[in-house]
Order: sequence, then structure tokens, then C-alpha cells
Amino acid sequence: MIKALGNFIAIIKGSLLTTRHFMVNMWFHTLKLLRIKTKRKGAVTIQYPEEKREIASRHRSLHRLLKRDDGKPRCVACMLCVTVCPSECIFVEATEDPDPEIQKSPSSFIIDLSRCCFCGFCVEACPEDAIRMDTGQIEFAEYTRDRLIYDLEKLTE
Amino acid sequence: MSDWIIILIKIICALVWFLVIALYLTWVERKESAVIQDRIGANRANIWKFRVIGLFQPFADAIKMLFKEDFTPRFSRKFLHNLAPFVSFFFVAITVSAIPFGDVLRIGGREIKLQIVDFNVSLLFVMAMLSLGIYGIILAGWSSNNRYTLLGGMRGAAQLISYEVALGLSLIGLIMVYPSLKLSAIVHYQGELLWGWIPKWGVFLQPLGLLIFFFAALAETKRVPFDLPEGENEIVGFFTEYSGLKWGLFMFTDFMEVLIIACLLTTLFFGGWQVPWLYADGFHFPWGGQWLLPHGIVVAFQVLAFNLKVFFFCWLQVLIRWTYPRFRYDQVMDLGWKLLVPLSLINIAGTAILLSLLG
Ligand code: SF4
Ligand code: SF4
Repeated sequence: MIKALGNFIAIIKGSLLTTRHFMVNMWFHTLKLLRIKTKRKGAVTIQYPEEKREIASRHRSLHRLLKRDDGKPRCVACMLCVTVCPSECIFVEATEDPDPEIQKSPSSFIIDLSRCCFCGFCVEACPEDAIRMDTGQIEFAEYTRDRLIYDLEKLTE
Repeated sequence: MSDWIIILIKIICALVWFLVIALYLTWVERKESAVIQDRIGANRANIWKFRVIGLFQPFADAIKMLFKEDFTPRFSRKFLHNLAPFVSFFFVAITVSAIPFGDVLRIGGREIKLQIVDFNVSLLFVMAMLSLGIYGIILAGWSSNNRYTLLGGMRGAAQLISYEVALGLSLIGLIMVYPSLKLSAIVHYQGELLWGWIPKWGVFLQPLGLLIFFFAALAETKRVPFDLPEGENEIVGFFTEYSGLKWGLFMFTDFMEVLIIACLLTTLFFGGWQVPWLYADGFHFPWGGQWLLPHGIVVAFQVLAFNLKVFFFCWLQVLIRWTYPRFRYDQVMDLGWKLLVPLSLINIAGTAILLSLLG
């Protein structure tokens, strides 16, 4: 009997909690509707397409390939990123570079983003700091898969 | 002839009121849950960039539902499968005919009752129609010819029937206090005063009955704390094999039930269209003052009071739906048979004893 009464009180308490949330948030919504500025807001929602959340500085977003001063990609086609990629979605083909200091450069560099899991291992592995994931671009969804295959040109943009 | 036209107008008004409010209950549900959970809720549906806090959302939902594929499984009993949602919809929709929205309205020497039909057993009629809604559930579960929906339908029927008992018994005390089965008469009795100042509402005369009725009615709506028949997210319920508009009808029926339960709570326990101390000619306050009002304004007050009370109970039910987790099945049965039914019997006995003592 006592236990049942305790349960009943707990049930009432639960609804009082949600009522409080409702009342407090409704109060701030009403104030906002009346154009009265308050420190708190009625909701914590970020209205996404219009309002965007700031991306953290170490956030892993779309890849990019860095360029040398003369505009060629910094990549030396060492295949380290190809090896480390857990999704096996990087495809690099090497050619000889005229500069004997560099020796090799990529003739094609393809990342299949439809398979990429954004682990960032490629960035870690690269000895030349040639690939980074700091573009801050996170909205690159496409309607077809082949548009998600990014080649050298698209990556160096 | 003109009687028929008046009845037709009343039917149209009441049905439009009922359906529009039930439609907007879906909006209330979304928005209220959002506000409770510190969110904003659906606000994107617009007409020419005109959003108005998501008020168009129900229409967007309805259009979406219309254009969805209406899929009937190959193995189902086609006719019964199609019939089931309409059965459950119809029996809820028809209950609105007995709900008194206000007292009589006098226009041009004609007295119009603000109630579609005012028959002698309207309380029994409403309860009976609400129970007949169970057929929709059983039919849906059965005719889908899917073992799990059949189980869901049976579970639903078992739950609804066990709460039907408590629901009926909780009202016996009320009928003892207000000796009538006529909803309009019950509302009229509630206009009297207790000790000269408290309105004689059911909530003051039958507090225990109100509690039992409220719990049982919540179970009847099959919404969250008691949503074992359907359980949208994890339990395979009775309308699993439905899609598109027929599924929408089942969902819509739930909201209509919420509304009709709110109407019943208002009518039976919170004085219906009665405003405290408001009589046919205006306010007569118990401390002596009075404020006379013309007939039209009195009727407007009554209808407004009815609506406000109904909205409050809709709000309360949505709040409850977004507060509590679902009961386990044995807990539902325990609550129904071991708590509510004995309590309602105690309530009947207590009311009888008190009534005979008070003479
Ligand atoms: S982020 Fe990870 S999965 Fe994506 S390309 Fe780089 S190594 Fe491969
Ligand atoms: S690890 Fe760096 S340098 Fe090596 S192939 Fe990949 S991007 Fe090019």
C-alpha cells in the first residue's frame, strides 16, 4: 500500500517535471514572440540550413590536396595513404616528376568518397602534408555515386 | 422542414469542429512534445514561404498520406481489411453527436439545443460507441492475416475490454449523484451550487470516480503509457499491414479519441459548458453581486468555457503521453483489474453510503 502510494507520488512528480519544462519554455517562446530579448532561449534547436553550427577546428571534413608554390600538388605518390586507408578508397597512380628532388608525382589521384569513412588516417599517414581534411565542407551529398568520386582536379580546387 | 435543416447544420458544425480540432491535435502533439523537450518542433511546412509556427503541418501530413501507396497485402481478407479503419473511425466520430456544446440558443423564437441529438441514454450511447471501436482493432488484426497483427489485435482487445469495465463502473457513482443518463441533464445538474458557492461539478462530488475514469480513459485511447496494442516503434501492433490513408485513419482515430475523452471529462466531471455562477441571465456571484448579460453573450461564454476545458484536457493528455514510459503488459492488467476495478467498486459503495446518509 505504502509502496503503491510512493509510486503514485513518483508518477505525479514526473508529470510536474514535464509541466515545468513546458511552462518555462513556453514563457521564453512567448517573450520571443513579443520581441523581448532574454538571455535564455525556449529551445536549444539550431535551425540547420539557415543557422549553422561552428565546426570544431579539428573536424574532419572534405579532403583537399595541397599545392606547391608552382601550383603542382605536393603529393609525391608514396602510396602511404593508399596503404593505410581502411576503406581502400584512395587510388593513386605515379609518374616520374621532372624535378629530381621530387622524383615522383601523381598522374591520377582519386578518392571514392562514397566509401570513405572520414577516419583521417590518410592525413596522419602523409609524410608530405599533402592531404588535409580541413575544408570545413560537410554538405557534399550527391544524387549519383559517380559524382562522389573525386579526382585530382576536384581535390586540388 | 426547417428542423431538418437545423439538424443538418448542427451535424456539419459539430463534425467540422471535431475533425479540425483532431487534425490540429497532431500539431499540438508535435509542438507540445517539442516544447517539453526543449526543441522547436515541426515548423517547415509553408505556403508561399508563410510558415506561421508550423500550422500547415497537419495539411502537409494529410497530403503526404493521400499520395502514399495504399498497400494491401496479398494474403489479407481484402474487404474486411479495408473496412477495419473505417469501423474504428466511424464509431469514434459518431460519439460527437451526443456531446452538449452549450445550452439552448434562442434565435427568432426558436430554441436550438447546442447538441446534435439530446436523447435519454446519451451517456450509455457514448460508452457503447467507444467500446464498439474495439471491433475496428480486432478486424484490423484479424483480416491482415498476419500472426503478429492478430496477436496485436487480441492484445488491444484484451486491454480495451478490461479497461471498459473500470470505465463503466467509475461512472456508476456519477449517475448516482446526478440521477440521469442524459448528458445534457448531467451538465444541468452540475450548474447547481454546493453549500451556496462551490459549483456542483463532478470533480468535487466524485473525485475518486474522476481519477478512475481518467486512467481508464487514457488506456482506452491506446496512447503511450498504455500503447501496448500498437507501440509504433517496437511492438508489432494491429495495424502493421496498413499504409497510406488507412493507416492515417487509425492514427487519426487515436487523436479523435483523445478529443472525445477530453469532451467526456469536461461534460461529466468539469461542468460541461457551465461557467461557475453563470446562469441563463448572467452572473450571480455567491457574495451577492450580479452581472447581467444578454442571451447571446451567455451562450458564447458557455461554448467558450466548454472549448477551453476540452483544450485543457487535450493538453493534459498530450503531456501525459510525453511524460511516461510504457507500462509492461502485466502492469497494465494489474492496474486495470487489481486497482481500478476494486477502487471503482469502493467508489460505488462509498457514494451509495454517503448518499443514503445524507438522505
Ligand atoms: S579519411 Fe580514412 S577512409 Fe577516407 S580516404 Fe582518408 S584514410 Fe581513407
Ligand atoms: S601519403 Fe601523401 S604524398 Fe603519399 S600518396 Fe598519399 S597524399 Fe601523396
